[in-house]
Amino acid sequence: MKNKLIASIEAEQIKKELPSFRPGDTVKVNFRIVEGNKERVQPYEGLVIRIHRNGASSTFTVRKMVGDIGVERIFPFYSPRIESLEVKRAGKVRQARLYYMRNLRGKAARIKERRKGF
Amino acid sequence: MARAIIGRKVGMTQVFTEDGTLIPVTVVQAGPCVVVNKRTVEKNGYSAVQLGFDKILKEKKVNCPAKGYFKKQGVDAHKVLKEFRVAEDAAFEIGQEVNATLFAEGDVVDVQGTSIGKGFQGVVKRFGFSGGPKTHGSHFHREPGSIGMCEFPGETEKGRKMPGRMGGDTVTVQKLSVVKVVPETNLILVKGAIPGHDNGIVFIKETVKK
Repeated sequence: MKNKLIASIEAEQIKKELPSFRPGDTVKVNFRIVEGNKERVQPYEGLVIRIHRNGASSTFTVRKMVGDIGVERIFPFYSPRIESLEVKRAGKVRQARLYYMRNLRGKAARIKERRKGF
Repeated sequence: MARAIIGRKVGMTQVFTEDGTLIPVTVVQAGPCVVVNKRTVEKNGYSAVQLGFDKILKEKKVNCPAKGYFKKQGVDAHKVLKEFRVAEDAAFEIGQEVNATLFAEGDVVDVQGTSIGKGFQGVVKRFGFSGGPKTHGSHFHREPGSIGMCEFPGETEKGRKMPGRMGGDTVTVQKLSVVKVVPETNLILVKGAIPGHDNGIVFIKETVKK
């Protein structure tokens, strides 16, 4: 359990609401990045393979394939830089951490769609 | 140096700035402290205040010498007493409360605490010796090596780095910036790590490095 005083500090950070998603879902993260003096929104779409919950320090990892190479990006859950997040596809998985996806390619790396009721 | 306060390390967390930068912070509950005693140039030859922190709630937990001292000063008994040098013209009265609002966002502070005890450690961990190769038939792994020559000087020099107790030392971390101050709960958020374990007593002072 977290210390009450620390939780009171973190409570201010945990204001932002993201749509609910789980590991196995495919999401599109619209992330604001700074290029020189300009700011622009960079969309990043991929599979959520891990949600690390730890108060204001929570993060989630999104994995996508760029050509033949897997790319993983860790986003702070409550970052003000996340402009918005869309859940593109809900996936049905049995693990909370989908690290096994790193060893799968092509057809083997498919995830069944989660429908209502699961 | 004028401003100083006693606090208790609460723990670490992270804080976002408005532009989305993530800052690691240590939360310190600083104060409420009370001025227990003063030292003046006329009387003591130097100028300082003695602060008390962490009020003792049960009267029977105060031992007799302490009880007499606090009674003489006319303040409540506190667990931690610490003297801080202040400027001669600093206006402090005995019994005056000092709290976290002494510091404000953007201030630069030094934080002093007792580092976490590591127990009896070898020279590799304690002093950063390189040690020897792990493989290739080496029989020299984490030893200190030679500790002195033969006939001259014929003895091991004083202060030679050897295995021993590590940690539990008084450590000061300089030039940490104050990220935020919460006056209601007397919290000071300092950027980065500070010495000691959670619930350890720390002293926050205005930095000596400008």
